[in-house]
Amino acid sequence: MLDPYKIREDFPIFRRKINDQPLIYFDNAATSQKPKQVIEAIKNFYENHNANVHRAVHTLSQEASELYESAHEDVAQFINANGKEEIIFVRGTTEAINLVAYAWGLRNFNRDDEVLVSLMEHHSNIVPWELLSKVKGFNVKYADVNYDGTLDYKDFEDKISKKTKIVCISHVSNVSGVVNDIKRLAKVTHEQESLILVDGAQSVPHLPVDVKSLDVDFFAFSGHKMLGPTGIGVLYGKHEILGKMEPFQGGGEMIREVSFNQATKRCSIAWNDLPWKFEAGTPDICGGIGLMEAEKYLKRIGMEKVKVHEYMLTEYAIHRMQECKKTRIYGPKDASVKCGIIPFSIDGLSSHDVALFLDNYGIMVRSGFHCAQPLHEIFKLKSSARVSFYIYNTREEVDRFVEVLKEIEQT
Amino acid sequence: MDTVEDYVARIEGTCGKDKDVIVIFKYDKKDEAIAKILKKAKLEKSMSTIIFELTFKGASFRLYATGKAIFRNLRDKDELHDILLDLLL
Repeated sequence: MLDPYKIREDFPIFRRKINDQPLIYFDNAATSQKPKQVIEAIKNFYENHNANVHRAVHTLSQEASELYESAHEDVAQFINANGKEEIIFVRGTTEAINLVAYAWGLRNFNRDDEVLVSLMEHHSNIVPWELLSKVKGFNVKYADVNYDGTLDYKDFEDKISKKTKIVCISHVSNVSGVVNDIKRLAKVTHEQESLILVDGAQSVPHLPVDVKSLDVDFFAFSGHKMLGPTGIGVLYGKHEILGKMEPFQGGGEMIREVSFNQATKRCSIAWNDLPWKFEAGTPDICGGIGLMEAEKYLKRIGMEKVKVHEYMLTEYAIHRMQECKKTRIYGPKDASVKCGIIPFSIDGLSSHDVALFLDNYGIMVRSGFHCAQPLHEIFKLKSSARVSFYIYNTREEVDRFVEVLKEIEQT
Repeated sequence: MDTVEDYVARIEGTCGKDKDVIVIFKYDKKDEAIAKILKKAKLEKSMSTIIFELTFKGASFRLYATGKAIFRNLRDKDELHDILLDLLL
């Protein structure tokens, strides 16, 4: 079992009060708090190793390059990829999905093709495909979601076909916390000779993830939701697929050679090796180092322990929230099929009212669509409030939250 | 002369089907803003002096002692600005 009280000692932000109340941070699906180890790693980089990476012979650049490259290696190990060649650093999950859309989809999809997504997706896994479909003319199909927020696997299997060029689906819903059976979906996808891209923004921070065991072609996630800094994220891609892809953006770093040909009056360009081929320009070096430190922190705890802690907290919270007569919980109430996220509403109040009420008591929750409007339409909700847990949350915080919910219900 | 901007730090449209607006008052001016609003708006309901349900010129809103207010069903930004102008100045 992990000890959230011990873990909290590593997070300076929990020393502060909000509205004269101890901070209860239940907005982890939006972003996580940062431990001092990550903050120190960032500070240490700028104080002692700061330089641009690659193609310089001086000591500082060597040090920065080594740190930045080892960040790729460490992340590869964390999700059991084959090595740093399969790990591309990007700004976040959104950029990772856009990278696949434009570097792969733009060149390989045609008018008669289809992209299959689900109705539980975050907008970042819908909009890039809808945008690209306007250019290429392909169809975007949506797999249904059941009223309890789980994926309709039958509908998914009905909608996938040889026309499907890529399946884009979240591992864990950012609204309901439902965990999709990615192994099963990957198997069905590969039977149709299609590719599968998984949005792992809500899974990598909370569950053990093994991209080889899941057999996914692309896997995207963000550093800031897993104790790392904002502005850094990861696209995992199978080596053979990344090798076939053209770059996403052009610039320095991603080329081996740019040579001007006097005869043609054009430049001929050779791409750099993986993963640098996809990292144009000066990358977020410090972000990568911060992410490595975050991943090391989680590894020291153990992802299985993280998963169990959040399961127990979710189960307890769902149980306690049901004491509140005007509070409605959406999605499954069985914590074993979900991951640390509980969407809810209180009769007669908008989700924003609920969030502002809770804010009065130092409790931070999110309100709105959570960038997943189609799923709210299935739940027939104008918006929802959402609590989401992480390693530093405690049962006492859940108790305090439920106590305040009861006060809100009495207004 | 005071302006609405002297009191207001941020105005944010809410995310969701209902397009409500949240007004966040400047920290050092929030107590003054709350006092002025409570003087002018009609109090419909209050909870432990930290949350106030109010109406003013046909608009209903909820004011929080933390210095935030949520306005519902406003036509546009101009209507909000006019209401804030009347409430704060």
